[in-house]
Amino acid sequence: MATTLKPVDAVLVGFGWTGAIMGQQLCDAGLNVVALERGPWRDTATDFATGFAQDELRYMWRHHLFQNVADDTLTIRNNVNQEALPMRRLGSFLLGTGVGSGGVHWNGQIWRFLPTDFQTKSHNEKRYGKKSVTDYDMTVQDWGVTYDELEPHYDQFDKLCGTSGKAGNLQGKIQPGGNPFEGPRANEYPTPPMAQTYGPTLFGKAAAELGRHPFPHPTGNMSEAYTNPLGAQMGACTYCGFCEKFGCGNYSKASPQTTVLPYLLRKSNFTLRTECEVLRVELTPDKKRATGVTYVNSAGEEFFQPAEMVILGAYVLQNVRLLLLSGIGKPYDPKTGEGVVGKNYAYQTMSSVNVFFDDKIINPFIGAGALATVIDDFNGDNFDHGGLGFIGGAYIAGMVTGGRPIEMIYTPQGTPAWGMEWKHAAAKNYLRSFSLSIHGSCMSARGNYLDLDPTYRDIHGRPMLRMTFDFTQNDHKMSDYLTDRAAEVAKAMNPREIKLNRRTGSWSVTPYQTTHNTGGAIMGDNPKNSVVNKYLQVWDVPNVFSMGAGAFPQNAGYNPTGTLAALAYMSAEAIKSQYLKAPGPMVRA
Amino acid sequence: MVTKVNLQRRQLLIGSVAAGVAGATAAAPVRDGELGAPPQTIRGAVPFKEGTADAPPGASGSGYTYFTPVEATFIEAAVSRLIPNDPVGPGAVEANVPFFLDRQLAGPFGRGDHYYLGGPWPKGVPEQGYQSRFSPAQMYRAAIAAIDQYVVANLSAPSFSKLSAADQDKTLKGLESGDIKLDGGVDSKTFFGMLLQNTKEGYFSDPIYGGNKDMSAWKMIGFPGAHYNYKDWVTRHGERVPFPTVGFKGRPGWREG
Repeated sequence: MATTLKPVDAVLVGFGWTGAIMGQQLCDAGLNVVALERGPWRDTATDFATGFAQDELRYMWRHHLFQNVADDTLTIRNNVNQEALPMRRLGSFLLGTGVGSGGVHWNGQIWRFLPTDFQTKSHNEKRYGKKSVTDYDMTVQDWGVTYDELEPHYDQFDKLCGTSGKAGNLQGKIQPGGNPFEGPRANEYPTPPMAQTYGPTLFGKAAAELGRHPFPHPTGNMSEAYTNPLGAQMGACTYCGFCEKFGCGNYSKASPQTTVLPYLLRKSNFTLRTECEVLRVELTPDKKRATGVTYVNSAGEEFFQPAEMVILGAYVLQNVRLLLLSGIGKPYDPKTGEGVVGKNYAYQTMSSVNVFFDDKIINPFIGAGALATVIDDFNGDNFDHGGLGFIGGAYIAGMVTGGRPIEMIYTPQGTPAWGMEWKHAAAKNYLRSFSLSIHGSCMSARGNYLDLDPTYRDIHGRPMLRMTFDFTQNDHKMSDYLTDRAAEVAKAMNPREIKLNRRTGSWSVTPYQTTHNTGGAIMGDNPKNSVVNKYLQVWDVPNVFSMGAGAFPQNAGYNPTGTLAALAYMSAEAIKSQYLKAPGPMVRA
Repeated sequence: MVTKVNLQRRQLLIGSVAAGVAGATAAAPVRDGELGAPPQTIRGAVPFKEGTADAPPGASGSGYTYFTPVEATFIEAAVSRLIPNDPVGPGAVEANVPFFLDRQLAGPFGRGDHYYLGGPWPKGVPEQGYQSRFSPAQMYRAAIAAIDQYVVANLSAPSFSKLSAADQDKTLKGLESGDIKLDGGVDSKTFFGMLLQNTKEGYFSDPIYGGNKDMSAWKMIGFPGAHYNYKDWVTRHGERVPFPTVGFKGRPGWREG
């Protein structure tokens, strides 16, 4: 029997980036807010302090800060004809858990999507014809929100994080040194770009020689000390090279811990409960309103937390599962194309090019999570796709996040994976090589979706989430084309040799690719094609809000955090200015 | 294992305990940075308590605690082929990788602490990744026995360790490609992948875990170790960073581990 707790105005399910943002926004509006986080409390000084944070084995390979699949995992398959089996070990993506969640061990790559990315269907249809968005069974949609609507909220997140970068488009005027393809920004970045190490610098020079438009990657790794509008202070990054997949011991990477928590946790109307996993959202019998959430803590005690509003701020995969387990919205059926929950699951199409020099010492161990020089010439619709047979694109980054030796030793084409020849290649090339990352879009398709697994259950006896996913021919064509563009830049650096790591074959759960899972609780302009409206409010149950990249109808060629944070700010703004005055649907279907 | 901060006392002092929740004490033992720490209610301040840092769980002692003598013979032979010794840099045995593997398999990793091992257990397709019921420790035990059995049956030698280096390499290649099929429910490719990955982990991880003896593998490639600050070197392009190699416990001449 669950113990019923005192009602609150809002309950936050999960306490990563979106939980922290919504907590701060709603508490500042005077609401009484409780956050439920299923993982442990974590903070810089106790959990990833300088002195032991730079531990490749423990954090990367033993998954110390990641979700433990022994407790919770999902089942995976490439298509409906296969039997889905559990992901028995993390690989392709490294899910977060605990306070701050993925916001602790992310790279700090802060991007805005292109204005046309929000009109994937209508824009491409108009420019390349109807078939361009329906080929390969693609099911891309428009977002129901525009870049211009989101711009002020991207700006809010930049100011929260102190994003280091150089604007390429200030109020419509193209700026030298920035990304000329980006949507117009109201403001310059809060802090200047990071200094570039040798690898990214060589990449930038070669790209410019080819007529591309290189610029420093916008980062949540601080180029200088910064105090954000909440009064939280961050220090300048020391380029220690243990950033992506690690917690920052130096208060130099934007995270919920460094940007929001010092402010939010002092508020008397905010309460955080850790080690508390939400089992389901409870609904009224007519399923039109949520009454709160039922959760179980690590002591096995069950509670019902009544709430006027339920904010799902867990990771994409967990939010979608909670919607399905709670009976919110109609589950998607790939046979008929009907239903919305679980629809349009997408990912990120990654490939890379390794570059090897004889005469240049790259020092790859000097790095940071988002330390890169980037070209955006072949992302989104920044180039003519006529005759290419695909939509979408990628940014290409000359990127050196670090030189962690278990993960990041590059060896030339044809080198065996072990033995004397491997060892000699490792010794010869470690200091003299780096990698270009091709960070590609992933278009949604009819057969890619999330639902509940019929066989496997979690520790609470609930069905696991089932992921059915494979890259489409659109993604493969895009990735091949973009990998060739990256190879051109690589060759222009005059290296001894390069090695292409193309995206081939079906999606595999190994090796690591990226933790950019999207879709399944997508946003849109009507309840027939989406789960939430542009304020992330669930169409069917308007006092439930579903945050995060689950709202993306397909994934653009950028890291998702900037956009999902902007969407959270926009949702908070609408809740404060509209919803609280008249609780109910904020968009009329 | 590290016990996380118990916040109850601090919360009582600041008078912000939420009734009925923070009082819960019957929590499961703390797992490795994961679910199972006592539930906490945090309100009014960022919690902090001295002396609760989540310090890394290094290896200790000497000799083998998991491997049997027969298994140790196999491991020493196999890893010395995966990373052989020569003047360029240490071999896996010289870097103490077998000891690292032993301590890893004797601990949480060996028990499959971060693996989901529940059934049913169909084999699946390669894209679905690890699909064995075995924890890593069980996998090593079953695989080593099965490989020696294969050697006895097919290569007329008493065990893998007694093969010539060339035949050991040939056997390892057969495991790597999956051409050699093993008994005992062991998928040869899966085991080989695990052994190679774990060997490189022992070779290149911080010496506190028992391998990478004297940071010799780091020195071979030029990785200076766990330095905190490279700011002065970011734009000194192409120059060798002169920092001495350092691990969590320092370096010779500074502070002996």
